[in-house]
Amino acid sequence: MSAIDRQIESIYRQHSRRVLATLIRLVGDFTLAEEAMQEAFAAAVQQWPGEGVPDNPAAWLIRAGHRRGIDQIRRRQTARQYAHLVVPDEAEAVELDCEAIEDDQLRLLFTCCHPGLAMPARVALTLREMCGLTTEQVASALLQKPTTVAQRIVRAKRKIRDAGIPYEVPGADELPERLPGVLRVIYLVFNEGYSRSDGDAVVDVNLVAEAIRMAESLARLLPEGEVYGLLALMLLHDARRAARADAGGDLVTLDRQDRSRWDRAQIDVGVQWLELALAATPAGPYTLQASIAAEHARAARYEDTDWARIVRLYEALYRQQPSPVIALNRAVAVAMRDTPADGLRLLDAMTGQKEIVHYHLFHAARADLHRRAGDRDAARHAYERALALAVQGPERRFLERRLAELDSSA
Amino acid sequence: MKYVALVYYQESIIEAMSEQEWHDLNQECIAGVERLTEQGKFVTGQPLQPVDTATTVRVRDGEVIISDGPFAETKEQLAGFYLLEATDLNEALQLAGRIPPARFGSIEVRPARELPPKD
Repeated sequence: MSAIDRQIESIYRQHSRRVLATLIRLVGDFTLAEEAMQEAFAAAVQQWPGEGVPDNPAAWLIRAGHRRGIDQIRRRQTARQYAHLVVPDEAEAVELDCEAIEDDQLRLLFTCCHPGLAMPARVALTLREMCGLTTEQVASALLQKPTTVAQRIVRAKRKIRDAGIPYEVPGADELPERLPGVLRVIYLVFNEGYSRSDGDAVVDVNLVAEAIRMAESLARLLPEGEVYGLLALMLLHDARRAARADAGGDLVTLDRQDRSRWDRAQIDVGVQWLELALAATPAGPYTLQASIAAEHARAARYEDTDWARIVRLYEALYRQQPSPVIALNRAVAVAMRDTPADGLRLLDAMTGQKEIVHYHLFHAARADLHRRAGDRDAARHAYERALALAVQGPERRFLERRLAELDSSA
Repeated sequence: MKYVALVYYQESIIEAMSEQEWHDLNQECIAGVERLTEQGKFVTGQPLQPVDTATTVRVRDGEVIISDGPFAETKEQLAGFYLLEATDLNEALQLAGRIPPARFGSIEVRPARELPPKD
């Protein structure tokens, strides 16, 4: 590969998403914009070796792509699905306004995460369009069939076009309603990657890194407390990655992790984002979760954890999101602050809730508290219930190990 | 009396049509609307984009919940509606029977309800 080819490839990696985001706005259609972008890069490969790389390659590519997009619209105007697209006046050369181009990134993200699209479609479309993954990469990263992912993406693009989902950043009045939906997609991408970091799947895509990258650019473009909070939360969780699994790939819980293996530099960056997030009041759910993660990161040893503060943070979180999972975590924190019996009392009060009694971690938490309270029979019974409900390999192995430890200590 | 005629069909039938068949069906609908208008039976109506483009809005506890897809997944999909002016149900059914998709789909005819007077 020649030097110029390598340079074009690096320009593709660096700018293709921005070029695409702007072309979607200019030509008014996802599929047309993608084709136009590919053609613009093809033209660059033809012309740049002779003419040299332009000073502003992104602007060159946007202009070239826009011209090709307009040609395509003209050619297809008669086709039913493109009838609504208006051919822009050619004389009206596109003003390449830098601010507008920056905002195109946000337009693309908000459109991919529109609530009118089903969640799996939002995740697939975001990975495809925002992160530039191929359909095959999206499928392998999400452990789905490529045909399923391809169909989802095609359908989502069609709905964006036919239902008239606007290509815009919501205004200040709509933003509080729409931003959580975008953050949820990013956090889902993160969790897809995070929950699998100890799994067997070998994937060439790091969803954790993609999610963090998206949140970083969002934090740059949209200075909102919860954007900082989510970025902090992901950085702090990911900083513990090396300590989360042992040499055999088995889960290691927080109390047994080797804290010297935590990525201190990344924790520092996470804490800096958290401080920015806390400047915005009131603190939202991601900021509160990041504060909890930061409390753990701060403690040199598990015994040093400030459980009283963690209980307070879970209480604040529960007031915003009264979910059984948060109640479960709060009960565990109470058990650490006070006694296992206090935590068990809170957990037992939850057994009337259907969703929580089918959640393996609820029984795993009860088992753990019974074990610490010295009630081995109750602990065994609860571990067995948790095992009956757990699906993932590493979690099952973890529970089996705990059960075995219980018997060997008899 | 006003009646709403809701047009349902399996979209798969439409998808299987050739461009020509689809064109002919549309022209037939246009002619039907013209005839109804001349008779003073057509108040308004609208064909709809496929159900793939549907989005459903609900408000629960003051929160707006938006979801992809129609209110209910059904074997046949809502494809459009007519608001008809007819003397009675018999006439409304007769008019509805001439809506072209009745041949391969179903037309649900319902009397319109008026809201009570404003307090």
